[in-house]
Amino acid sequence: MNAPNTNTTGHDERTPVLAARGLVKRYGHVTALNGSDFDLWPGEVLAVVGDNGAGKSTLIKALAGAIVPDSGHLLMDGEQVSFKSPLDARRHGIETVFQDLAVAPALDITTNIFLGRESRSRGFLGAVLRRLDKKAMRTEAAAALTNLGITTARSVTQPVETLSGGQRQAVAVARAAAWSKRVVILDEPTAALGVRESGQVLELIRRVREQGLAVVLISHNMPQIFEVADRIHIHRLGRRVAVVRPQESTMAEVVSIMTGALPGNDSSVAEAPSAQQVARP
Amino acid sequence: MTISKLMPTPDAVSAQSAGTSRWSGLGQRILGSRIAGPSLALAISVVIFSATTSTFLTASNVSLILQQSVVVGMLALGQTIIVLTAGIDLANGAIAVLGTVVMGKLAMTGHHDTTALLLGFAVCLALGTLSGGVVTRLNLPPFIVTLGMLTIVTAVARLYTGSQSFPVSSGLLTFLGRTVNLGGFALTYGTLLLLAAFAVVGYMLTQTAWGTHVFAVGNDPNAARLVGIKVKRVLLSAYLLAGLCYGIAAWLALGRIAVADPSGYQSANLDSITAVVIGGTSLFGGRGGVLGTLIGTLIVLVLRNGLTQANIDSLYQDVATGILVIAAVAVDQLARRRQQR
Ligand SMILES: Nc1ncnc2c1ncn2[C@@H]1O[C@H](COP(=O)(O)OP(=O)(O)OP(=O)(O)O)[C@@H](O)[C@H]1O
Ligand SMILES: [Mg+2]
Repeated sequence: MNAPNTNTTGHDERTPVLAARGLVKRYGHVTALNGSDFDLWPGEVLAVVGDNGAGKSTLIKALAGAIVPDSGHLLMDGEQVSFKSPLDARRHGIETVFQDLAVAPALDITTNIFLGRESRSRGFLGAVLRRLDKKAMRTEAAAALTNLGITTARSVTQPVETLSGGQRQAVAVARAAAWSKRVVILDEPTAALGVRESGQVLELIRRVREQGLAVVLISHNMPQIFEVADRIHIHRLGRRVAVVRPQESTMAEVVSIMTGALPGNDSSVAEAPSAQQVARP
Repeated sequence: MTISKLMPTPDAVSAQSAGTSRWSGLGQRILGSRIAGPSLALAISVVIFSATTSTFLTASNVSLILQQSVVVGMLALGQTIIVLTAGIDLANGAIAVLGTVVMGKLAMTGHHDTTALLLGFAVCLALGTLSGGVVTRLNLPPFIVTLGMLTIVTAVARLYTGSQSFPVSSGLLTFLGRTVNLGGFALTYGTLLLLAAFAVVGYMLTQTAWGTHVFAVGNDPNAARLVGIKVKRVLLSAYLLAGLCYGIAAWLALGRIAVADPSGYQSANLDSITAVVIGGTSLFGGRGGVLGTLIGTLIVLVLRNGLTQANIDSLYQDVATGILVIAAVAVDQLARRRQQR
């Protein structure tokens, strides 16, 4: 478990923690990704915006190992990696909340937070009888939720299907945030949330960034994006067409680039990570 | 553990919700659980039959019901694991029957008892795993795969025996029919083995990561895959374990009646599904458990036995069971709809 990257100066001279070059993914004759690039710098919150069907979810599925792109490649810390499954991505410290959440509805909150990496009891019970340490998992799950300010759930033994949409989302976000070591990817985490719960998720995103983790946030909510993002990756027709900074840009500009009314600037995106690998710590 | 890194000091609220008192948790689980309905149904049938017949609630009749439950109960145990993964096994009775004829034939043709027993187990285990292998490798619906297996395995058992049933007179193979006296109550070793098997599988399903993954796969295989669960491996292991249950069911069957009959237990597959469903396990997967199945098995056999004691035509037994199955599935549907709103 590596210590989080401390990130005090601007990250432009550093190597992206996660990058993609020329990703292509076709579903039949639909091209969901059409040669997309992607760069995520350590410790930043990168918003990914684009119209419905632009390929945002497909992009992050490729980054998260949930799909394997037809061509193109991924880089972590400048080194080429390939993810054959979500497990591979997780081993590299990438945690994802997918748009359709990926929770098991009939199982309780604790079980969902620990699903796939349960902890076992100590000693004979755990080693030989493979017994789960449910008590410890409950305590940790409760801690993770409290940390997020999620107090609306009755208890961590409540089945996820008895939660509201927003509470379910919160559980999924808590799971990703709690396990991540490098990157947290959130696909429309606030889409189903009320104002208060959205605010909590944005707050959590900031807290996660303070830990030194990088965050990828897909959202359609411009005010939220401008509130929390360090940079905005604009996706259109299956590829990155521009990257802008909220301070140097307006919501209207971003929307225009998204819809094609304004041209993108992707050639100038070139903070060219391949050319600038000097400052690797 | 990394998960606590965001929250080094759990505060009072979290500690409280985490430690939800064991007792209130238990009470809540029993009252609100899936076994409340089945338990009630079982209790009501026992009360009715005890009141209306003089023969139902006698030590010998109760021990008879338990003996009658073992084969269907064991098949239903394997069935439960598969149904929890959102599958179904129509071939379980046929596989167990093939197990009995393999065991019987080998023992009767001069092989060692133990060899016969182990080879019988191996056949059941292999066939259960084969169903699982076809389901996972070829991505076919379990219903179709096991329907095919049912037909094939039934035919193989008949070919192997020339469609003749034959007595089995081996001490080891019929051992489970022997009784032990526990406080004036005659229990067979078979009944004890059945209870032990339920306890073991119940433990595996509720107390281990494997069990959690079985439920997760039954709930939503795609979500399970995304959190890194090896869905196909979990499915295959479920069929393998079920196959082992069918092997034990074969042994139990020889203990119950010391005859290997290739055309026996023809409705055992449906009986086992009935027991699972009445016991509150959802046919849609991911909800339920073995305790419900144990109760469901008892309901099926209590109804059959009680209606016989009350001199009611056996066809009405089927009517009663049928109504129960439909009621159980309807209740499950309702509960699911209510929770998914
Ligand atoms: N599994 C799939 N099978 C077939 N087509 C798919 C699949 N997944 C995505 N697509 C198609 O790929 C394109 C991009 O989809 P994607 O989900 O990545 O868009 P999105 O930008 O996330 O949209 P939204 O904002 O609506 O979530 C769409 O045309 C979609 O229909
Ligand atoms: Mg999407």
